[in-house]
Amino acid sequence: MNAQRLAAVRAGAGFVLRRLAAALPNLLGVVVVTFLLTRALPGDPAAYFAGPAASREAIEEVRRALGLDQGIATQFGFYLRDLVQGDLGNSISTGRPVATELIERLPASLELTLIALLLATLIAVPLGVLAATRPGSVVDHLCRVIATVGVSLPTFFTGLLLAYVFYFLLGWAPPPTGRLDPAFSPPQTVTGFYLIDALFALDGELLAAVAGQIALPAITLALFVIAPISRMTRASMLGVLSSDFVRTARAVGLSRTRVLYVYALRNALLPVVTTLGMVFSFLLGSSILVEKVFAWPGVGSYALEALVASDYAPVQGFVLVLAALYVLLNLVIDLAYGVVDPRARFEG
Amino acid sequence: MNAAQSPVTSEGAAAAAMVPSRQHAHRATTDPATPARVPLLDVRDLHVQFQTRTGVARVLDGVSLHVDRGETLGIVGESGSGKSVFFLALLGILEANARITSGSARFGGFDLLGSSEAERSSVRGRELAMVFQNPRAALNPIRRVGQQIEDVLLRHTATPRHALQARAVDALRRVQIADPEARYHAYPFELSGGQCQRVMIAMALACEPALLIADEPTTGLDVTTQAAIMALIARIARENGMATILVTHDLGLAGEHCDRIAVMHAGHLVEMAPAAELFARPRHPYTARLLASTPYGALSIDALTSVPGQLPDLTRTDLPPCRFSERCDRVLPACAGPRVMQDTGEGHHVACHNPC
Amino acid sequence: MRRENLLTVVAASLFVFFVLLALFGPWLVPYDPLSTSAGAALSPPDAAHWFGTDALGRDILSRVIVATRLDFGIAVAAVAVSFLIGATLGCLAGFHGGWHDRIISRLADTIMAFPLFVLAMGVVAAMGNTVANIVIATALINLPFYIRVARAEVNVRREAGYVEAARLSGASDTRILVMHLFPNILPPMMVQISLNMGWAILNAAGLSFIGLGVRPPAAEWGIMVADGAQLIVSGEWWVAFFPGLVLMLAVFSFNLLGDGLRDLIDPRRRT
Ligand SMILES: Nc1ncnc2c1ncn2[C@@H]1O[C@H](COP(=O)(O)OP(=O)(O)O)[C@@H](O)[C@H]1O
Ligand code: SF4
Ligand SMILES: [Mg+2]
Repeated sequence: MNAQRLAAVRAGAGFVLRRLAAALPNLLGVVVVTFLLTRALPGDPAAYFAGPAASREAIEEVRRALGLDQGIATQFGFYLRDLVQGDLGNSISTGRPVATELIERLPASLELTLIALLLATLIAVPLGVLAATRPGSVVDHLCRVIATVGVSLPTFFTGLLLAYVFYFLLGWAPPPTGRLDPAFSPPQTVTGFYLIDALFALDGELLAAVAGQIALPAITLALFVIAPISRMTRASMLGVLSSDFVRTARAVGLSRTRVLYVYALRNALLPVVTTLGMVFSFLLGSSILVEKVFAWPGVGSYALEALVASDYAPVQGFVLVLAALYVLLNLVIDLAYGVVDPRARFEG
Repeated sequence: MNAAQSPVTSEGAAAAAMVPSRQHAHRATTDPATPARVPLLDVRDLHVQFQTRTGVARVLDGVSLHVDRGETLGIVGESGSGKSVFFLALLGILEANARITSGSARFGGFDLLGSSEAERSSVRGRELAMVFQNPRAALNPIRRVGQQIEDVLLRHTATPRHALQARAVDALRRVQIADPEARYHAYPFELSGGQCQRVMIAMALACEPALLIADEPTTGLDVTTQAAIMALIARIARENGMATILVTHDLGLAGEHCDRIAVMHAGHLVEMAPAAELFARPRHPYTARLLASTPYGALSIDALTSVPGQLPDLTRTDLPPCRFSERCDRVLPACAGPRVMQDTGEGHHVACHNPC
Repeated sequence: MRRENLLTVVAASLFVFFVLLALFGPWLVPYDPLSTSAGAALSPPDAAHWFGTDALGRDILSRVIVATRLDFGIAVAAVAVSFLIGATLGCLAGFHGGWHDRIISRLADTIMAFPLFVLAMGVVAAMGNTVANIVIATALINLPFYIRVARAEVNVRREAGYVEAARLSGASDTRILVMHLFPNILPPMMVQISLNMGWAILNAAGLSFIGLGVRPPAAEWGIMVADGAQLIVSGEWWVAFFPGLVLMLAVFSFNLLGDGLRDLIDPRRRT
């Protein structure tokens, strides 16, 4: 038995290492591509990074600072060195380091994205399960419709519609501008997530204000990803329900709930976990649009403000940080998959 | 075992009360299932339909069958003849597009088809167990096999939690799995097909059922493993006095292990006889064709090419009364008439107008 | 079954309708889509302006109609580019294996390592704010899907009988790929195209919404929604609503059509 434990631990460690090793090329690819993007700027990159109003001397300054007067390999070396030091350049509009500004704004974006994912999962998984257990029922048809309509929704449009209906017409939602009504001061920063920090602060009123503010943008984002999650849950649950091992579970007389939840659902969620990678891709992309619609002070609107001002360092930094975050999220998903599926841990 | 409300062991009064009149009724008809005494399992005239894209498939069309206590009954027939559907129907675990349109099934004193799902599921896995082919797929891939056995024990017995693991290990030991303590923690993908089948048997037998249905338990396993699995089932059946139904493609296997053999074709039970009798004197043209080219029990049915044609499409609305007639070389005008079931003595029944 | 066919027919009609709009839109519009004197500014929908007018007094219906061509044009061009490049690369990877496969798969994986819309945004931001770059960016983020489908489909057919036969009769690798393998992988690629088209439109419109690519005063659905974004919270809903709705319908018709096509071509994958 001890030998077995040991083998399991070894397999687990091997699995983690393999996943890490698989994530590395992706991270490297992301770095190379973002580097190439900084060189792809039409015209003179130095002029772009220096900003529209820069003098000739300023441009030369930037050129030297970025190493643009060196060979491409050397430039990449500089780029890597800066990255390792956490240096993403400075924003021209604010004059502050991009890295600092991104870090300040990242919690707002993450909070929005994660709440949306949570919301979408809480709705989509039960919906998919209901649809699969009652094929042909109203829920099943609803699930199909949502799956097709959901992915057809332009998030920026649904966001506006929701704001119109729930703010302008019904007055249920606060004005769609920002994370918190200016009448409140933000909770003391613990996690940077206002919802959690407001909980820590034990301030009910503040919590309600924060929740009210995040509700519409989170719902907007969630609506978009309910479709892929429910579709996947339904398909995978249908497959699992007609599988041999569910038949066995029924044949030995296990109760319906046990068959559904312990035997079928746990297995059905495995492919759903795998699609979370794609879901995150959608979420992170759409969050830019939603942040713009709701004036959400996250990294997306930061990048957009910079874009309008032709301030490129923040945009490049944003792309890099989001891509790195995405690689990291995929790694977490992979590791989580290994926790729930023993087969993944043992694969060579 | 939890004997508190076992429908089989407490069958006594209720079932016995019905016996006299029922036996009478039987003699009058030519039902192949005519039991000599109260059978353990008694299925009458079972009809099952499937709603499919192309129409309604009448997959079982009046199948009757009985099994006595401790007996081993073989069921043979081409793939698709309805063997699995028959038993899934009895257990009440058919897929959602299936409908049992008529028939009755008594298991001991228990009404299998008329009972509620709650009642039925308390009999499944406790008194009436089933093992399937393709054992690796038939076990939950992400649950340790020991836990899967515990699930059964938890459901059907009053085993205290702290004793569960020991009982699960015992169940594994009984099916002769090497190093059961270690295997308890294994996932199905870590075991061989033969080991998985043993685990399935351990699950099925955990509550010492009165009847085990083994649906092609050795299909897909290598030859030595097949023999070992069959020997295991036979041994446990003997030791526990358990009745066994062996569904198989392998005529040889059926001849070797079964007291009686029933032959199914396209949703009909076409012939039923004691094993030796069936091999010596097959009466139904289908059985005869099956056996004629078979050096006694050497080949699996699906490998046989001796029976020309194939199973008719069961969604057809113009199926002839004898579903074999389109493949049969002994067909008579009478064959278009209503089906008959002839008792030719020695417990030999054949559904044919012109038996061999 | 019949209901699904009906849905596919509805989707197909909608699709044809949009194609006609894209082709003949400029001749169908009641007003000049760029004329700021078509009506009073911000007048709500009425008999003269069915979809109302925007802040500059332009007729929204006319703008929505002429925008069809630009939005479809971007999507079709992007998908065509990804299809051509993706199919070629995928075929090479699937057929030759080895280092071809490693490099091409790495390329696909690298693109997929980004949140795709973010990558598209980065590409347009870096390469410049033009319609052509929107097409390139959209094509780029669609590329991995085509590479993967083509690669997988070629891979399973590489050893097929007809390929062996062609090889024995002395056909070159290129000939086998083009004449024998490519026609066979077309059906799954078509499914991929129809599934991608809606997404391509959404991406292009999203990029314009954040101010990339198409520039005012050109009529484009994403920009029009962006124009109406500030107005919607003050009650002038129609400026953003109609272009948004039409965009949604267009994407919806593509997605329905894609689903229908997939069920038709590959019933196994129906969900
Ligand atoms: N869920 C189902 N839907 C439609 N037809 C089914 C279903 N399950 C089984 N059948 C049909 O019932 C017939 C009998 O199947 P089965 O009992 O599995 O055959 P056997 O076990 O004898 O090989 C086959 O024709 C099969 O196609
Ligand atoms: S009933 Fe007639 S057709 Fe059917 S098997 Fe017998 S002889 Fe052949
Ligand atoms: Mg079967």
